[in-house]
This record gives sequence, structure tokens and C-alpha cells, in this order.
Amino acid sequence: MKLKALTAIVALMAAPAVMAGGADDDTLVINGEIEMVTKTAAAPHLDGALDEVISGWHFREDDTQVMQMDDFDNPGMIAVDFATDAWNTAEGTEGKSCADCHGTPEDSMTGVKAVYPKWNDEAGEVRTIGTQINACRTERMGAEPLKLNSGEIAAMEALISVQSRGMPVNVAIDGPAAETWEKGKEIYYTRFGQLELSCANCHEQNYGNYIRADHLSQGQINAFPAYRLKDAGLVTAQNRFRGCVRDTRAETFDLGSPEFIALELYVASRGNGLSVEGPSVRN
Amino acid sequence: MTKFKIAIVAGILAGGAAVAADVEPMNVAFDDYGAVAMSLTGAAGNVDEGIKIYSSRSLGNCVACHQVSSLPDVAFPGEVGPTLDGVADRWNEAELRGIVADAKKTYDGTVMPSFYKTSGYIRPGNAYTGKAAEEPLPPILSAQQIEDVVAFLMTLKEE
Ligand code: HEC
Ligand code: HEC
Repeated sequence: MKLKALTAIVALMAAPAVMAGGADDDTLVINGEIEMVTKTAAAPHLDGALDEVISGWHFREDDTQVMQMDDFDNPGMIAVDFATDAWNTAEGTEGKSCADCHGTPEDSMTGVKAVYPKWNDEAGEVRTIGTQINACRTERMGAEPLKLNSGEIAAMEALISVQSRGMPVNVAIDGPAAETWEKGKEIYYTRFGQLELSCANCHEQNYGNYIRADHLSQGQINAFPAYRLKDAGLVTAQNRFRGCVRDTRAETFDLGSPEFIALELYVASRGNGLSVEGPSVRN
Repeated sequence: MTKFKIAIVAGILAGGAAVAADVEPMNVAFDDYGAVAMSLTGAAGNVDEGIKIYSSRSLGNCVACHQVSSLPDVAFPGEVGPTLDGVADRWNEAELRGIVADAKKTYDGTVMPSFYKTSGYIRPGNAYTGKAAEEPLPPILSAQQIEDVVAFLMTLKEE
């Protein structure tokens, strides 16, 4: 025990300046008008885990950050245009479009992204924006569900997200959602794969540090969907989760699986208080 | 254990690489502090190979988390673990072998992966494919690769 304790102290002292990268102090204002809360006090349910929650935007290089500050420079906004067309297009056996039930996205979708994933009483399950879109398609439009990793569904989520930009994330974790939330929390702290790494190992214990060339953020999803320059495409939160789980040399979960829905609810709730930012730009 | 020792000694005496005598991952003898006294192969580690394993993403990928000043060619070393400059002044060879083979035996709950371990994982995958894999998995590094990395770490002295 003596040796163990002693060497641990040596290791601490020998460590390079911890949080060398850290989060920067820039301010995020979109189109010169929408002011974003990108750092704020953590919600009470994060007691002992995090004091402050920080948007992933702060961990990116300046040139990537700037792309998110103007809708003309944000490639994710092209997907929003694309989804606006889809919104107005009738599909399926009922011959209905999203607009037939919901009017304009501005009228009906403002505030929606801020509270999702959300418990659906009728269905008796937690729904993400993605599974809700597919429920509308199959149950109301008589259309095929979209693939959860498709560009179409990410684009529709971006259109819905844009209506809430600047509003604080406020995902409910109590009541009927509590059980799913607990499950998501357990997954967040489970050390998966041959590398035995949990979400928390990287995004709670090590945010601000570089892991090779990657500057670790808190892994927040307030800014999703995100346009990834590396993939030249828009990705959803669960898409990102899948990549992170794969990188631990683990068997991943499927998009839309009960595990990833629970994890999405839990991770979204870790961002309560941050502004909805999607679609964001990431490298 | 003694059987392995005899095999290793025999290997050394015969001047061979003693490949057959590699200590299997489940048989590695860690002491109470996580150190492993005996070489996993009986053969000496190769420092140059060790540097390669340490630095390359597809092998040890130690650089993802650690920095070493004597390897300036390695771009973007990580900061998740401590710098390894002077690490051989802080730890002896047996301790370093133990840390590389299974760091969790030295540091409870450390984020550092176990490089010579084959089972006990949650949802083990087939390398980075995201697909399921059956245990026992091949260890991330072979016995000789562990010895090579340890040989490299033993060169990291400042005093
Ligand atoms: C081995 C380290 C590691 C683990 C384990 C890990 N991630 Fe990540 N994650 C990264 C890196 C590196 C990035 C890219 C840089 C960043 O934003 O942190 C990232 C990015 C993300 C992002 C994008 C954040 C943004 O603003 O763009 C989310 C969300 C995320 N991770 C969630 C998770 C979740 C949930 C888990 C667990 C299922 C997890 N990660 C496990 C390394 C990891
Ligand atoms: C995912 C991160 C990660 C990876 C990959 C990793 N390490 Fe570590 N390593 C750590 C951390 C963190 C510590 C400090 C122990 C602790 O406090 O948890 C550590 C400690 C060490 C120490 C003791 C350092 C000291 O100063 O006392 C050595 C030696 C070491 N690692 C070698 C390696 C080698 C060799 C590899 C690759 C074969 C490797 N590490 C890969 C995270 C990592």
C-alpha cells in the first residue's frame, strides 16, 4: 500500500499541466443575433460529477467555431433547406405531409428540441426526435420509417432543432422517464470494450485534455445534429455515440436501440441549461 | 509457475527466442503492488521495436495518452496520462512490466487500458469494427511486444 500511494503522488506531480487545452473563453452568437449559453452551472442531478456544463463548441479550433456563427457558413443549414422541402412533401398511403398536421415548423416545432428525448404517454416509451419522426411517418402518414442513420432523418432533426436555437435544454428526468434515465446513466458509467472505457472516463474525467490530436469535450449533445467536416455530413447524437463506443473496441449498440435511447435521454439531461445549438459544426 | 521458469531458462540456455515459453495472459504473476518480476518471454525486449509499438496507432497507441520528450517526431501526444519522461527513475522494470500488462493492478480504476488481458470485458468487440467478438480476445499486445515496450520505457531516465 505504501508503494502504491507514494507512486500515485509522484505520477500526479509528473503529470503535464492538467487541462492544458481546457475550454476557451469565446462567446457564441449566431448571425450576430442569437446569443448562446455555452457554459452554465450544472443541473442538480450532476452533483459530484460536474460543476459546470460546457458546450462542445468551446473545444473546437477557431476556424471550426466561426463556421457555426453564421448560417451562410454553416454547411448544416443546407440540410435544413432540404428538410424544409421534405416537410411540405406528402408521402405514404395517407397522402399527408408533416405540414398537413403541424403547419409551419416555426409554428409547431419551437421549443421541441429543448425537451427531447421525452416520455410519450400514449406509446408508453421515451421517444427521441428520430423515433418520433418515424412514429409520425408510420402511424399518421402510412409511410416507411426513415433509417435512423440516414441523412434525411438528421436533416429533419436539424430543421426541428433550428426552431429552438438559443432556448435552454430542459429535458425531464423524473416521472415516467426516470427509469429510462437511470438506465442511460448506468450505460454512461459502464466501461465497455477491450479498452474498458466509459463515456465518463473520457468526457467527465478528461474533458479539456487532448487524447492524441482530439481535444476532449464533455460530450454534450445540445449542439446536435452536428455537421462533421471529416464526414462531410450531418450526424445525429446516436451516430456519434456509436463511433465512441466502437472506439473502445466494443460491440456497439444499434441506433434506435433501447440502450441508445436511454443514453440519449441521459446525455441530453447532462446539458440542461445549455442552449440548443443544432445544427452545429464539428471537425 | 516453476514449469514456465524452467522452460524459459531452457530457452535462454539454448539461445533461442523461447517463443513457446511465453507466459499466457491469464498466468501472469502480479505481486500485491501490480509488478511482474518475470519476463513474459524470457527474451530481452528490443528498444526500437518498443518505440514503434509505443508510437503507432495500430499497436500500443500509448501516444494517445502520454508524452515523451525524447520522441519529438511523434505529433500530437495526448495528455490523459502523465508524461513518461524519467519514468524509469520512478519505477523498476518489474513495475513497468506490470503497468503495461495490466495497469489496473497498479492503479485501481485507472483509465489506462490493460494490454495483456484476454477476458472479463463488457461487450467485447472485434478490434475497431464495432462488431461483437468472443472471449478470449487476443491481447492488444503480444508478450514480446510488452517486453519491447518495457525495454523502451527503461531507457526513459533523467537522473
Ligand atoms: C476513448 C475516449 C472516448 C470515449 C470512451 C467516449 N468518447 Fe465521445 N468523444 C471522444 C472524442 C475524442 C470526441 C471528439 C472530441 C470531443 O468533442 O470530445 C468525442 C465526441 C463526442 C461527442 C460530440 C460532442 C460535440 O460537441 O461535438 C459526443 C456527444 C460524445 N462524444 C458522447 C460520448 C458518449 C455518450 C460516450 C459513451 C457511450 C462516449 N462519448 C465515449 C472520445 C471518447
Ligand atoms: C487511455 C489512456 C492511456 C493509454 C492508451 C495508455 N496509458 Fe499509460 N497511463 C494512463 C494514466 C491515466 C496513467 C496514470 C495512472 C492513473 O493515475 O490512473 C498512466 C500511467 C502510466 C505509467 C506510469 C507513469 C508514471 O509516471 O508513474 C506508465 C509507465 C504508462 N502509463 C505506460 C503506458 C504505455 C507503455 C502505454 C501503451 C502501451 C500506455 N501507458 C497507454 C493512461 C493511458
